[in-house]
Amino acid sequence: MELVLATGIGGLVASGVWLLLRERAFSVVLGLAMLSYAANLFIFAGGRLSAEVPPLVLGEVAAGTMPADPLPQALVLTAIVISFGTTAFLVALALRAIGESGTDHVDGGREQER
Amino acid sequence: MLALPAIPLLALACVPLVGWGLRRAPVMAPWLAALPAALFLLVLTTPDGAMFSLHWIPTLGVELAFRLDGLSRLFALLIAGIGAGVFLYAAAYLEGHPLLHRFLAVLTLFMAAMLGAVLADDLLLLFAFWELTSLASFMLIGFDAHRAEARRAAQQGLMVTVAGGLAMLAGLLLLGDAAGTFRISAILAQGSTLAAHPAAPWIVVLIAIGCFAKSAQWPLHFWLPNAMAAPSPVSAYLHSATMVKLGVYLLARLNPAFEALALWQGLLIGVGTATMLAGAVLALRERDLKRKLAWSTVVALGTLVALIGIEDPLAATAAVVFLLVHALYKASLFLIAGIVDKKAGTRDAMQLRGLGRRMPITAAAALLAGLSMAGAPGFIGAFAKDLLFTVQLGVPRLLPAVALLVNAAMVVVAGVVAARPFMGKPMETGGVAKDPAVALLVAPIVLATLGLVFGMAPHLISAAIIEPAAGAILGRPTGIALGEKQGGTVVMTMSFAALGLGLLMFLGWRRLQPTLAGQTWLDTYGPDAGYGRAMRAVSAVAVALTRRVQGGSLRGYLAANLALVFAGAALVLVARGGLALPLPGPWAGPAQLALAAVILAGALAACRLRALFGQVMAAALVGFGVGILFLTLGAADLAFTQFTVEILAIVLLVAILARLPFHAPDARRAPERRRDALLAAGVGAAGTAILLAVLSVPFDPFITEWMGKAAVPEAKGRNVVNVIIVDFRALDTLGEIAVLLIAALAATVLLRRTGKPG
Repeated sequence: MELVLATGIGGLVASGVWLLLRERAFSVVLGLAMLSYAANLFIFAGGRLSAEVPPLVLGEVAAGTMPADPLPQALVLTAIVISFGTTAFLVALALRAIGESGTDHVDGGREQER
Repeated sequence: MLALPAIPLLALACVPLVGWGLRRAPVMAPWLAALPAALFLLVLTTPDGAMFSLHWIPTLGVELAFRLDGLSRLFALLIAGIGAGVFLYAAAYLEGHPLLHRFLAVLTLFMAAMLGAVLADDLLLLFAFWELTSLASFMLIGFDAHRAEARRAAQQGLMVTVAGGLAMLAGLLLLGDAAGTFRISAILAQGSTLAAHPAAPWIVVLIAIGCFAKSAQWPLHFWLPNAMAAPSPVSAYLHSATMVKLGVYLLARLNPAFEALALWQGLLIGVGTATMLAGAVLALRERDLKRKLAWSTVVALGTLVALIGIEDPLAATAAVVFLLVHALYKASLFLIAGIVDKKAGTRDAMQLRGLGRRMPITAAAALLAGLSMAGAPGFIGAFAKDLLFTVQLGVPRLLPAVALLVNAAMVVVAGVVAARPFMGKPMETGGVAKDPAVALLVAPIVLATLGLVFGMAPHLISAAIIEPAAGAILGRPTGIALGEKQGGTVVMTMSFAALGLGLLMFLGWRRLQPTLAGQTWLDTYGPDAGYGRAMRAVSAVAVALTRRVQGGSLRGYLAANLALVFAGAALVLVARGGLALPLPGPWAGPAQLALAAVILAGALAACRLRALFGQVMAAALVGFGVGILFLTLGAADLAFTQFTVEILAIVLLVAILARLPFHAPDARRAPERRRDALLAAGVGAAGTAILLAVLSVPFDPFITEWMGKAAVPEAKGRNVVNVIIVDFRALDTLGEIAVLLIAALAATVLLRRTGKPG
């Protein structure tokens, strides 16, 4: 499982960087989203992946099953919401930039001016 | 013993008062001269050997320590005494100037820093005051900030002295380390043992660089004449009488510790002699009164440095006498040059003629100062010259010849500056020139007259001022009384030879000067031009570097940052041997494998698809895949949050889509794409490696177990994740809410109608 997840995160990071380096604001938004998925999974994996039981305190825990680590979950929960806030802000910024300059080129349409 | 620290600190405390008070009542400016006058009396009445110390930065061994001995008393008296005259002069010289209050405030700051530097008994305290004088000098040279020449001169002076100061700081730290103390008196008490320390050559060279830069020694002499862009009171005070002598002061102060070192003697005598020669030649070819005086100051500073390098009671005495003589006549001549400049409208020595009839008092003061400079009998300058010749004759090889030439050159400068403008027929342009107001005349007359008074009655200063100061330079009493006839007929002959040669050159100066000025290679290959080239090179490098580093492309910055951060992280990981595979845990189930495949496929599709809508759907695929993956890994809360957020994000992204063309092909050129692909693959691989390294560290369940146990009894909650968010880490959640709110506010502002057609 660890190997699978690590590979998946690597793939997400790579695609995030690839999108981030494109010259359209739209791609940058998607790229950041990819990177936040990767980051969330990374933090989550820090609590290890051995458990399948949610961290709920409901009477006796069956022998041999350990509940998942709640702390990374709480951190990731915060991170998901914040990354959504960032995405929303970025979208608003991109919309405004498109409104002002008529393009969503990240360097302000220098390419067209040349 | 509070009078001693009060001398610099009182002056320092007055700085803001001066600036504030004189801004409101500029007419009070002349009364400011009372401050240096009072300090002068304070210095005069403080007994020799007075000491004061207070812990300042105890962890670094820095003390607020002051000490008064013969050498520091001489300097403090010069600073406060000439300061009184200069303050009075400056108030009249710049009367009505809108920034007079600022000028006098900086001048007060400078005086405080100078007094602090010469009274400090701690090397680092001395350094702090030393740099403060450089800053004050910078502000005063650049006082006429609207003139490009003044700005360049100010910057040049600062660059040279502060660069030297940096070398000196290194030397001072080495010295403090070698001596085991930063207290100057304790260092001097160790006698010449320090000269045998293995670091001694480094200490000597580094400190000497700082002193040479400050005291305008060749080849760092070029900043001083340029500093003449400052108003005349500044030239008189900072750049002839006091600040430029600070380097000489420190060399004299440390002389007892290093005088046994051949390097110390050779360095001081060699550089001092070179400075004398260079200054003499450059003084002869200069036409501008103030710059001419500045070159002769360079000569004087070189003479002083060379004298300190010569280990002999006579040399120490000569240094002290010459220092005093020079301060008196040079400050006086600078102030007179200021008057001439103001009244006749030019400082060109070739043009200035016949002012004597219209400005008789000024002419008389100039004559007195000039005679002292030329070393005429009866003036204290004569003592200085005889002592100089006696000492320099004692050092064979080059020095006597240099001394003869240099002294003749000084006679020429004295004649051209102090006599020639006042002699002959009046020039046409100087028709309105007349003697200035009393306030401008007091200081030059008093300073010039003192040269005659001390020359007639040397016993006034011999035992009280000269001998203690010379003894401090030498490290033991000199036993020499001023006024005793020094040297024999050889000295007499040399003295007259110098005077005669000087007079001859003075008479022929009108023809000599153009010949010397024609030697343009002196300018082309001189250090001043070198400084200009160096500064231009620094600018060119900065421009080229900025153009390269700050290309203006966000993508470029991003790529550089990513590459640096992840390459750095990967490098550290490999270098520290952190590459590791985790212990095999439970195998991934088929559902999880399928999810991973979906996520990767979505990520790939987001990169490859051309239609924007398709890209959004690909990203959504990844988001929901991650959500379900959370679900299979025991994180139900995360999964549901992820789903909610994902839906909102899609809605938002579609909002942009409405404003954009439907297709957006990747416009990157092929090499760019290769670079980006390489970077993306590298960063992804680094991420994978780092995660694997993290997972291979054994897990410490302490916090997990504690939270599981504490959730119900302490927070009354059964969902531990919820308990953490709203209770254990509630402040964190508050911060998160704040971030969301700020993002929402910012988005609202961004999306508000701008009034422009969107």
